[in-house]
Amino acid sequence: MSAQGGTGAANGKLKVAKYWASSCGGCDISLLEIGPHLLELIEAADVVFWPCVADFKYEDVAGYPDGYIDVCLFNGGVRSSEQEEIARLLRKKSKTLVAYGACAIDGGIPALANLTTPSEIYDVVYHRNPSLDNPDGVEPAPVFETACGDLHLPHLYPQVLRLRDVVEVDYQIPGCPPQAHQVWKVLQAVVAGQVPARNDAVTVGCDDKVVCDECPREKRQVRIGGFKRPHLAIPEPDWCLLEQGFVCMGPATRSGCGALCVKANLGCRGCYTGSNGVEDRGTAMIGAIGSIIDATTEERAQEIVGQIVDPTGTFYRFNLASSTLKGRR
Amino acid sequence: MADEQVVRTEVSGAAVAGWEPRIIAFLCYWCSYTGADNAGTARLKYPANVDIIRLMCSGRIDPELIMAAYAGGADGVMVCGCHIGDCHYLAGNHKTMARMPLVRSVLADLGIEPERFVHEWVSAAEGEKFAQLVRQTTEGVRRVGPLNWARRMHERGVGHGMDLQPWGDGR
Repeated sequence: MSAQGGTGAANGKLKVAKYWASSCGGCDISLLEIGPHLLELIEAADVVFWPCVADFKYEDVAGYPDGYIDVCLFNGGVRSSEQEEIARLLRKKSKTLVAYGACAIDGGIPALANLTTPSEIYDVVYHRNPSLDNPDGVEPAPVFETACGDLHLPHLYPQVLRLRDVVEVDYQIPGCPPQAHQVWKVLQAVVAGQVPARNDAVTVGCDDKVVCDECPREKRQVRIGGFKRPHLAIPEPDWCLLEQGFVCMGPATRSGCGALCVKANLGCRGCYTGSNGVEDRGTAMIGAIGSIIDATTEERAQEIVGQIVDPTGTFYRFNLASSTLKGRR
Repeated sequence: MADEQVVRTEVSGAAVAGWEPRIIAFLCYWCSYTGADNAGTARLKYPANVDIIRLMCSGRIDPELIMAAYAGGADGVMVCGCHIGDCHYLAGNHKTMARMPLVRSVLADLGIEPERFVHEWVSAAEGEKFAQLVRQTTEGVRRVGPLNWARRMHERGVGHGMDLQPWGDGR
Protein backbone atom coordinates (compact mmCIF):
# COMPACT_ATOMS: atom_id res chain seq x y z
CA MET A 1 0.00 0.00 0.00
CA SER A 2 1.54 3.29 -1.01
CA ALA A 3 1.06 6.77 0.29
CA GLN A 4 -1.39 8.80 -1.77
CA GLY A 5 -3.85 11.62 -1.33
CA GLY A 6 -3.34 15.31 -1.85
CA THR A 7 -0.97 16.37 0.86
CA GLY A 8 1.34 19.31 0.69
CA ALA A 9 3.68 17.72 3.21
CA ALA A 10 7.37 17.35 2.44
CA ASN A 11 7.52 13.56 2.67
CA GLY A 12 4.27 13.08 0.74
CA LYS A 13 2.72 11.08 3.57
CA LEU A 14 -0.84 11.59 4.80
CA LYS A 15 -1.27 13.58 7.98
CA VAL A 16 -3.68 12.05 10.46
CA ALA A 17 -4.85 13.24 13.87
CA LYS A 18 -6.96 11.78 16.64
CA TYR A 19 -8.54 13.65 19.53
CA TRP A 20 -10.57 12.72 22.60
CA ALA A 21 -13.24 15.00 23.97
CA SER A 22 -16.11 13.85 26.25
CA SER A 23 -15.34 10.13 26.02
CA CYS A 24 -13.76 7.28 27.96
CA GLY A 25 -10.64 6.65 25.87
CA GLY A 26 -11.94 3.33 24.54
CA CYS A 27 -12.09 4.78 21.02
CA ASP A 28 -8.34 5.52 21.12
CA ILE A 29 -7.71 1.93 22.19
CA SER A 30 -10.04 0.61 19.47
CA LEU A 31 -7.73 2.09 16.83
CA LEU A 32 -4.96 -0.14 18.19
CA GLU A 33 -7.23 -3.17 17.71
CA ILE A 34 -6.48 -3.16 14.00
CA GLY A 35 -3.25 -4.88 15.10
CA PRO A 36 -0.51 -5.37 12.48
CA HIS A 37 -2.45 -3.13 10.08
CA LEU A 38 -1.23 -0.28 12.27
CA LEU A 39 2.19 -0.69 10.64
CA GLU A 40 0.63 -0.27 7.18
CA LEU A 41 -1.12 2.86 8.44
CA ILE A 42 2.07 4.35 9.90
CA GLU A 43 3.87 3.59 6.63
CA ALA A 44 1.35 5.66 4.71
CA ALA A 45 0.55 8.34 7.25
CA ASP A 46 2.19 10.55 9.86
CA VAL A 47 0.44 11.11 13.16
CA VAL A 48 0.48 14.86 13.75
CA PHE A 49 -1.75 14.99 16.88
CA TRP A 50 -2.96 12.22 19.19
CA PRO A 51 -3.02 13.16 22.89
CA CYS A 52 -3.57 9.54 23.99
CA VAL A 53 -0.28 8.25 22.58
CA ALA A 54 1.96 11.17 21.60
CA ASP A 55 3.00 14.41 23.27
CA PHE A 56 1.74 17.02 20.83
CA LYS A 57 0.55 20.33 22.27
CA TYR A 58 -2.41 22.48 21.25
CA GLU A 59 0.19 25.09 20.16
CA ASP A 60 1.52 22.60 17.62
CA VAL A 61 -1.91 22.18 16.06
CA ALA A 62 -2.59 25.93 16.13
CA GLY A 63 0.69 26.38 14.25
CA TYR A 64 -0.26 24.06 11.39
CA PRO A 65 -1.54 25.72 8.22
CA ASP A 66 -5.31 25.44 7.63
CA GLY A 67 -6.24 22.11 6.04
CA TYR A 68 -2.83 20.62 6.97
CA ILE A 69 -4.35 17.48 8.54
CA ASP A 70 -5.75 15.12 5.91
CA VAL A 71 -7.99 13.10 8.22
CA CYS A 72 -8.88 13.83 11.84
CA LEU A 73 -10.67 11.14 13.85
CA PHE A 74 -12.55 12.92 16.65
CA ASN A 75 -13.99 10.81 19.46
CA GLY A 76 -16.20 12.09 22.25
CA GLY A 77 -19.02 14.60 22.53
CA VAL A 78 -18.67 18.28 23.46
CA ARG A 79 -19.29 19.01 27.14
CA SER A 80 -16.78 21.76 27.97
CA SER A 81 -15.44 25.00 26.52
CA GLU A 82 -12.06 23.34 25.90
CA GLN A 83 -13.67 20.61 23.81
CA GLU A 84 -15.56 23.10 21.67
CA GLU A 85 -12.43 25.19 21.05
CA ILE A 86 -10.40 22.16 20.03
CA ALA A 87 -13.23 20.86 17.86
CA ARG A 88 -13.30 24.18 15.99
CA LEU A 89 -9.49 24.27 15.80
CA LEU A 90 -9.31 20.75 14.37
CA ARG A 91 -12.12 21.51 11.90
CA LYS A 92 -10.08 24.44 10.61
CA LYS A 93 -6.87 22.44 10.35
CA SER A 94 -8.42 19.26 8.84
CA LYS A 95 -9.49 18.51 5.28
CA THR A 96 -11.70 15.67 6.50
CA LEU A 97 -13.20 15.55 10.00
CA VAL A 98 -14.58 12.20 11.14
CA ALA A 99 -16.86 11.76 14.18
CA TYR A 100 -15.46 8.52 15.59
CA GLY A 101 -17.59 6.44 17.95
CA ALA A 102 -20.98 6.73 19.63
CA CYS A 103 -20.11 9.77 21.78
CA ALA A 104 -19.04 12.02 18.92
CA ILE A 105 -22.04 10.96 16.82
CA ASP A 106 -24.89 10.69 19.35
CA GLY A 107 -23.48 11.88 22.68
CA GLY A 108 -22.95 8.31 23.87
CA ILE A 109 -23.11 7.24 27.51
CA PRO A 110 -21.90 10.69 28.78
CA ALA A 111 -25.01 12.24 27.20
CA LEU A 112 -27.16 10.45 29.79
CA ALA A 113 -25.97 13.33 32.00
CA ASN A 114 -28.44 15.40 29.97
CA LEU A 115 -31.06 13.89 32.29
CA THR A 116 -29.61 16.05 35.07
CA THR A 117 -28.30 19.61 35.31
CA PRO A 118 -24.68 20.75 35.84
CA SER A 119 -25.57 22.00 39.34
CA GLU A 120 -26.96 18.57 40.27
CA ILE A 121 -23.78 16.97 38.90
CA TYR A 122 -21.59 19.35 40.95
CA ASP A 123 -23.70 18.69 44.03
CA VAL A 124 -23.17 14.93 43.79
CA VAL A 125 -19.53 15.00 42.67
CA TYR A 126 -18.25 17.66 45.11
CA HIS A 127 -20.67 17.46 48.06
CA ARG A 128 -22.70 14.26 48.34
CA ASN A 129 -20.47 11.48 47.00
CA PRO A 130 -20.01 8.91 49.83
CA SER A 131 -16.28 8.53 49.15
CA LEU A 132 -15.71 12.28 49.22
CA ASP A 133 -13.39 14.20 51.59
CA ASN A 134 -14.20 17.86 50.95
CA PRO A 135 -14.93 19.50 54.34
CA ASP A 136 -14.71 23.05 52.96
CA GLY A 137 -17.12 22.30 50.11
CA VAL A 138 -14.64 23.44 47.45
CA GLU A 139 -15.84 23.50 43.85
CA PRO A 140 -13.63 24.07 40.81
CA ALA A 141 -13.75 27.68 39.67
CA PRO A 142 -13.20 28.73 36.03
CA VAL A 143 -10.77 31.47 37.11
CA PHE A 144 -8.12 31.18 39.85
CA GLU A 145 -6.14 34.25 40.87
CA THR A 146 -2.45 33.84 41.61
CA ALA A 147 0.44 36.28 42.13
CA CYS A 148 1.60 35.53 38.56
CA GLY A 149 -1.80 36.25 37.02
CA ASP A 150 -5.14 34.52 36.55
CA LEU A 151 -5.32 30.83 35.75
CA HIS A 152 -8.25 29.72 33.61
CA LEU A 153 -9.95 26.34 33.62
CA PRO A 154 -12.40 25.18 30.95
CA HIS A 155 -16.02 25.35 32.11
CA LEU A 156 -18.76 22.76 31.91
CA TYR A 157 -21.51 23.32 29.33
CA PRO A 158 -25.22 23.16 30.25
CA GLN A 159 -25.48 19.88 28.37
CA VAL A 160 -23.61 17.33 26.28
CA LEU A 161 -23.54 18.24 22.57
CA ARG A 162 -22.65 16.13 19.56
CA LEU A 163 -19.62 17.00 17.47
CA ARG A 164 -21.91 17.99 14.61
CA ASP A 165 -23.75 20.44 16.88
CA VAL A 166 -20.55 22.48 16.95
CA VAL A 167 -18.75 21.99 13.63
CA GLU A 168 -19.43 20.47 10.21
CA VAL A 169 -18.63 16.77 10.16
CA ASP A 170 -17.69 14.90 6.98
CA TYR A 171 -18.07 11.28 8.06
CA GLN A 172 -19.07 9.33 11.11
CA ILE A 173 -17.94 5.87 12.22
CA PRO A 174 -20.38 4.42 14.77
CA GLY A 175 -19.75 2.03 17.65
CA CYS A 176 -18.82 1.91 21.31
CA PRO A 177 -16.12 1.38 20.32
CA PRO A 178 -16.05 0.99 16.51
CA GLN A 179 -15.12 -2.58 15.60
CA ALA A 180 -11.62 -3.20 14.29
CA HIS A 181 -12.64 -4.76 10.94
CA GLN A 182 -14.88 -1.78 10.18
CA VAL A 183 -12.22 0.72 11.26
CA TRP A 184 -9.63 -0.93 9.04
CA LYS A 185 -12.05 -0.90 6.09
CA VAL A 186 -12.40 2.88 6.46
CA LEU A 187 -8.68 3.43 7.04
CA GLN A 188 -7.87 1.49 3.87
CA ALA A 189 -10.07 3.90 1.93
CA VAL A 190 -8.29 6.81 3.65
CA VAL A 191 -4.85 5.44 2.77
CA ALA A 192 -5.96 4.85 -0.83
CA GLY A 193 -7.00 8.50 -1.05
CA GLN A 194 -10.68 7.61 -1.60
CA VAL A 195 -12.07 9.85 1.12
CA PRO A 196 -13.23 13.22 -0.23
CA ALA A 197 -14.45 15.84 2.26
CA ARG A 198 -18.27 15.80 2.31
CA ASN A 199 -19.62 18.02 5.09
CA ASP A 200 -22.79 15.98 5.55
CA ALA A 201 -21.83 13.43 8.21
CA VAL A 202 -22.15 10.29 6.09
CA THR A 203 -22.16 7.20 8.26
CA VAL A 204 -19.41 4.78 7.22
CA GLY A 205 -17.80 1.69 8.72
CA CYS A 206 -21.12 -0.07 9.18
CA ASP A 207 -23.99 -1.61 7.19
CA ASP A 208 -27.32 -0.05 6.26
CA LYS A 209 -29.77 -2.43 7.96
CA VAL A 210 -30.47 -3.17 11.63
CA VAL A 211 -28.77 -5.58 14.03
CA CYS A 212 -31.72 -8.03 13.69
CA ASP A 213 -30.62 -8.46 10.07
CA GLU A 214 -27.31 -10.02 11.09
CA CYS A 215 -28.58 -11.67 14.27
CA PRO A 216 -28.38 -15.49 14.05
CA ARG A 217 -31.25 -16.08 16.49
CA GLU A 218 -34.58 -17.56 15.46
CA LYS A 219 -37.78 -15.53 15.53
CA ARG A 220 -40.77 -17.60 16.64
CA GLN A 221 -43.43 -14.88 16.23
CA VAL A 222 -44.13 -14.94 19.96
CA ARG A 223 -45.44 -11.88 21.82
CA ILE A 224 -43.79 -10.62 24.99
CA GLY A 225 -45.62 -11.67 28.17
CA GLY A 226 -43.13 -10.13 30.59
CA PHE A 227 -39.66 -8.62 30.80
CA LYS A 228 -36.64 -10.18 32.50
CA ARG A 229 -33.32 -8.63 33.48
CA PRO A 230 -30.14 -10.24 32.12
CA HIS A 231 -28.59 -10.87 35.54
CA LEU A 232 -31.68 -12.63 36.87
CA ALA A 233 -32.37 -15.17 34.10
CA ILE A 234 -30.42 -17.09 31.48
CA PRO A 235 -31.78 -16.71 27.94
CA GLU A 236 -32.17 -19.63 25.54
CA PRO A 237 -29.21 -19.46 23.16
CA ASP A 238 -30.90 -19.61 19.75
CA TRP A 239 -34.17 -17.72 20.26
CA CYS A 240 -34.78 -13.99 19.73
CA LEU A 241 -33.95 -12.24 23.00
CA LEU A 242 -36.75 -9.73 22.69
CA GLU A 243 -39.33 -12.51 22.29
CA GLN A 244 -37.90 -14.09 25.45
CA GLY A 245 -38.49 -10.82 27.30
CA PHE A 246 -34.92 -9.47 27.41
CA VAL A 247 -34.69 -5.87 26.25
CA CYS A 248 -32.62 -5.86 23.04
CA MET A 249 -32.01 -2.67 21.08
CA GLY A 250 -31.45 -4.65 17.86
CA PRO A 251 -34.58 -3.39 16.03
CA ALA A 252 -33.48 0.25 16.46
CA THR A 253 -29.73 -0.16 15.94
CA ARG A 254 -27.68 -0.11 12.76
CA SER A 255 -25.90 -3.29 11.72
CA GLY A 256 -22.18 -3.60 11.18
CA CYS A 257 -20.85 -4.86 14.50
CA GLY A 258 -21.60 -8.49 13.60
CA ALA A 259 -24.30 -8.78 16.30
CA LEU A 260 -21.59 -9.11 18.96
CA CYS A 261 -23.73 -8.76 22.08
CA VAL A 262 -26.57 -11.03 21.00
CA LYS A 263 -24.01 -13.71 20.09
CA ALA A 264 -22.78 -13.43 23.69
CA ASN A 265 -26.35 -14.03 24.97
CA LEU A 266 -26.85 -10.38 25.90
CA GLY A 267 -29.38 -7.99 24.42
CA CYS A 268 -27.99 -5.45 21.94
CA ARG A 269 -27.09 -2.29 23.85
CA GLY A 270 -27.57 -0.05 20.84
CA CYS A 271 -24.17 1.58 20.31
CA TYR A 272 -24.05 1.45 16.49
CA THR A 273 -26.24 4.56 15.94
CA GLY A 274 -29.65 4.41 14.22
CA SER A 275 -30.46 3.04 10.80
CA ASN A 276 -31.17 5.44 7.93
CA GLY A 277 -34.33 7.48 8.44
CA VAL A 278 -34.62 6.95 12.20
CA GLU A 279 -34.56 10.34 13.90
CA ASP A 280 -35.20 9.35 17.49
CA ARG A 281 -34.07 5.88 18.46
CA GLY A 282 -35.66 5.76 21.87
CA THR A 283 -39.12 6.30 20.47
CA ALA A 284 -38.35 3.91 17.59
CA MET A 285 -37.70 1.27 20.24
CA ILE A 286 -40.88 2.17 22.15
CA GLY A 287 -42.77 1.74 18.88
CA ALA A 288 -41.15 -1.64 18.24
CA ILE A 289 -41.66 -3.02 21.75
CA GLY A 290 -45.21 -1.67 21.98
CA SER A 291 -46.25 -3.64 18.92
CA ILE A 292 -45.25 -7.06 20.32
CA ILE A 293 -46.70 -6.97 23.83
CA ASP A 294 -48.99 -9.88 24.67
CA ALA A 295 -51.90 -8.00 26.22
CA THR A 296 -55.56 -7.41 25.40
CA THR A 297 -56.35 -5.10 28.32
CA GLU A 298 -54.82 -1.78 29.27
CA GLU A 299 -53.97 -2.96 32.78
CA ARG A 300 -52.08 -5.99 31.50
CA ALA A 301 -50.16 -3.88 28.93
CA GLN A 302 -49.14 -1.43 31.64
CA GLU A 303 -48.08 -4.26 33.91
CA ILE A 304 -45.84 -5.80 31.23
CA VAL A 305 -44.12 -2.62 30.02
CA GLY A 306 -43.85 -1.52 33.66
CA GLN A 307 -41.37 -4.38 34.12
CA ILE A 308 -38.84 -2.55 31.92
CA VAL A 309 -36.43 -0.93 34.37
CA ASP A 310 -35.43 2.64 33.42
CA PRO A 311 -36.89 2.90 29.89
CA THR A 312 -35.22 6.27 29.24
CA GLY A 313 -31.76 5.09 30.22
CA THR A 314 -32.20 1.88 28.24
CA PHE A 315 -33.67 3.20 25.01
CA TYR A 316 -31.52 6.34 24.94
CA ARG A 317 -28.39 4.71 26.35
CA PHE A 318 -26.06 5.94 23.60
CA ASN A 319 -28.06 8.61 21.82
CA LEU A 320 -29.75 11.10 24.13
CA ALA A 321 -27.84 14.05 22.59
CA SER A 322 -29.14 12.94 19.17
CA SER A 323 -32.74 12.45 20.26
CA THR A 324 -35.54 14.82 19.31
CA LEU A 325 -35.72 16.44 22.75
CA LYS A 326 -31.93 16.18 23.52
CA GLY A 327 -32.19 16.02 27.29
CA ARG A 328 -34.07 17.15 30.36
CA ARG A 329 -35.70 20.50 30.49
CA MET B 1 -32.75 22.03 14.95
CA ALA B 2 -34.17 24.19 12.21
CA ASP B 3 -33.78 27.91 12.74
CA GLU B 4 -37.37 28.56 11.75
CA GLN B 5 -38.48 26.42 14.70
CA VAL B 6 -36.39 28.51 17.04
CA VAL B 7 -37.75 31.72 15.60
CA ARG B 8 -41.32 30.50 15.79
CA THR B 9 -40.93 29.51 19.42
CA GLU B 10 -39.26 32.79 20.26
CA VAL B 11 -42.21 34.65 18.84
CA SER B 12 -44.64 32.70 21.00
CA GLY B 13 -42.34 32.99 24.04
CA ALA B 14 -42.03 36.76 23.67
CA ALA B 15 -45.74 37.11 24.15
CA VAL B 16 -46.05 35.31 27.48
CA ALA B 17 -48.43 37.96 28.77
CA GLY B 18 -50.89 37.11 26.04
CA TRP B 19 -49.69 33.52 25.77
CA GLU B 20 -52.19 30.85 24.81
CA PRO B 21 -51.44 27.13 25.17
CA ARG B 22 -50.82 25.36 21.88
CA ILE B 23 -51.89 21.73 21.98
CA ILE B 24 -51.42 19.14 19.25
CA ALA B 25 -54.03 16.36 19.26
CA PHE B 26 -53.33 13.16 17.34
CA LEU B 27 -56.69 11.52 16.65
CA CYS B 28 -57.53 8.24 14.93
CA TYR B 29 -59.74 8.45 11.87
CA TRP B 30 -62.45 5.99 12.85
CA CYS B 31 -63.41 6.92 16.42
CA SER B 32 -61.70 9.94 17.93
CA TYR B 33 -61.72 12.24 14.90
CA THR B 34 -65.36 11.37 14.37
CA GLY B 35 -65.86 12.06 18.08
CA ALA B 36 -64.32 15.53 17.60
CA ASP B 37 -66.58 15.96 14.57
CA ASN B 38 -69.49 14.96 16.76
CA ALA B 39 -68.55 17.70 19.24
CA GLY B 40 -68.57 20.18 16.35
CA THR B 41 -71.92 19.16 14.86
CA ALA B 42 -73.47 19.19 18.34
CA ARG B 43 -72.13 22.79 18.69
CA LEU B 44 -70.31 21.95 21.91
CA LYS B 45 -67.90 24.67 22.97
CA TYR B 46 -64.27 23.92 23.65
CA PRO B 47 -61.11 26.10 23.56
CA ALA B 48 -59.56 26.81 20.18
CA ASN B 49 -56.09 25.93 21.55
CA VAL B 50 -56.06 22.48 20.03
CA ASP B 51 -54.66 21.67 16.59
CA ILE B 52 -55.98 18.32 15.41
CA ILE B 53 -53.89 15.95 13.31
CA ARG B 54 -55.85 13.01 11.93
CA LEU B 55 -54.17 9.66 11.41
CA MET B 56 -55.73 6.41 10.26
CA CYS B 57 -55.19 4.66 13.60
CA SER B 58 -53.81 5.49 17.04
CA GLY B 59 -51.42 2.59 16.40
CA ARG B 60 -49.94 4.75 13.64
CA ILE B 61 -48.96 7.42 16.16
CA ASP B 62 -45.21 6.87 16.21
CA PRO B 63 -43.99 8.10 19.62
CA GLU B 64 -41.49 10.14 17.58
CA LEU B 65 -44.40 12.34 16.45
CA ILE B 66 -45.13 13.21 20.06
CA MET B 67 -41.51 14.22 20.69
CA ALA B 68 -41.46 16.17 17.42
CA ALA B 69 -44.56 18.09 18.53
CA TYR B 70 -42.87 19.27 21.75
CA ALA B 71 -39.64 20.05 19.91
CA GLY B 72 -41.60 22.00 17.28
CA GLY B 73 -43.29 24.31 19.76
CA ALA B 74 -46.29 22.47 21.23
CA ASP B 75 -47.07 23.09 24.90
CA GLY B 76 -49.14 19.93 25.20
CA VAL B 77 -49.97 16.77 23.25
CA MET B 78 -53.15 14.69 23.20
CA VAL B 79 -53.34 11.14 21.85
CA CYS B 80 -56.80 9.68 21.31
CA GLY B 81 -57.97 6.44 19.73
CA CYS B 82 -60.82 3.93 19.73
CA HIS B 83 -61.66 2.18 22.99
CA ILE B 84 -59.96 -1.20 23.43
CA GLY B 85 -62.02 -3.76 21.49
CA ASP B 86 -63.35 -1.17 19.04
CA CYS B 87 -60.31 -0.73 16.78
CA HIS B 88 -61.19 -0.63 13.09
CA TYR B 89 -58.00 -2.60 12.46
CA LEU B 90 -58.78 -4.96 15.38
CA ALA B 91 -55.58 -4.45 17.39
CA GLY B 92 -54.05 -1.10 16.34
CA ASN B 93 -54.87 0.49 19.67
CA HIS B 94 -53.36 -2.48 21.54
CA LYS B 95 -50.02 -1.13 20.31
CA THR B 96 -50.94 2.36 21.50
CA MET B 97 -51.85 1.15 24.97
CA ALA B 98 -48.45 -0.55 25.36
CA ARG B 99 -46.48 2.40 23.99
CA MET B 100 -48.06 5.30 25.86
CA PRO B 101 -46.98 4.24 29.39
CA LEU B 102 -43.39 4.11 28.10
CA VAL B 103 -43.78 7.52 26.45
CA ARG B 104 -45.15 8.92 29.71
CA SER B 105 -42.19 7.51 31.62
CA VAL B 106 -39.67 9.03 29.16
CA LEU B 107 -41.45 12.41 29.26
CA ALA B 108 -41.27 12.38 33.07
CA ASP B 109 -37.51 11.77 32.91
CA LEU B 110 -37.18 14.66 30.46
CA GLY B 111 -38.92 17.00 32.89
CA ILE B 112 -42.14 17.40 30.91
CA GLU B 113 -45.05 17.79 33.32
CA PRO B 114 -47.80 15.12 33.22
CA GLU B 115 -50.35 17.88 32.41
CA ARG B 116 -48.70 18.24 29.01
CA PHE B 117 -49.43 14.71 27.88
CA VAL B 118 -52.93 13.26 27.70
CA HIS B 119 -53.82 9.82 26.40
CA GLU B 120 -57.53 8.88 26.32
CA TRP B 121 -59.91 6.71 24.35
CA VAL B 122 -62.70 8.67 22.60
CA SER B 123 -65.38 6.89 20.61
CA ALA B 124 -67.27 8.33 17.63
CA ALA B 125 -70.26 9.03 19.91
CA GLU B 126 -68.29 10.77 22.66
CA GLY B 127 -68.29 14.37 21.42
CA GLU B 128 -68.97 15.64 24.92
CA LYS B 129 -66.07 13.61 26.32
CA PHE B 130 -63.75 15.06 23.65
CA ALA B 131 -64.86 18.64 24.35
CA GLN B 132 -64.39 18.09 28.07
CA LEU B 133 -60.95 16.54 27.48
CA VAL B 134 -59.83 19.58 25.46
CA ARG B 135 -61.09 21.93 28.18
CA GLN B 136 -59.25 19.99 30.89
CA THR B 137 -56.04 19.69 28.88
CA THR B 138 -56.01 23.38 27.98
CA GLU B 139 -56.50 24.37 31.61
CA GLY B 140 -53.81 21.90 32.75
CA VAL B 141 -51.30 23.23 30.22
CA ARG B 142 -52.22 26.83 31.06
CA ARG B 143 -51.38 26.10 34.71
CA VAL B 144 -47.88 24.79 33.92
CA GLY B 145 -47.15 27.56 31.39
CA PRO B 146 -45.25 27.77 28.08
CA LEU B 147 -42.81 24.97 27.20
CA ASN B 148 -40.59 26.72 24.60
CA TRP B 149 -38.49 23.60 24.07
CA ALA B 150 -36.61 24.74 20.97
CA ARG B 151 -35.54 28.04 22.50
CA ARG B 152 -34.47 26.36 25.71
CA MET B 153 -32.24 23.94 23.80
CA HIS B 154 -30.92 26.72 21.56
CA GLU B 155 -29.81 28.63 24.67
CA ARG B 156 -27.89 25.55 25.82
CA GLY B 157 -25.88 25.42 22.62
CA VAL B 158 -27.74 22.59 20.87
CA GLY B 159 -26.99 22.84 17.17
CA HIS B 160 -24.31 25.54 17.41
CA GLY B 161 -22.25 25.18 20.60
CA MET B 162 -21.35 28.38 22.45
CA ASP B 163 -19.67 29.79 19.34
CA LEU B 164 -16.23 30.01 20.98
CA GLN B 165 -13.27 31.07 18.87
CA PRO B 166 -10.87 28.23 18.08
CA TRP B 167 -7.93 27.95 20.42
CA GLY B 168 -4.96 30.09 19.45
CA ASP B 169 -6.97 32.78 17.69
CA GLY B 170 -5.89 35.61 20.00
CA ARG B 171 -8.10 34.91 22.96
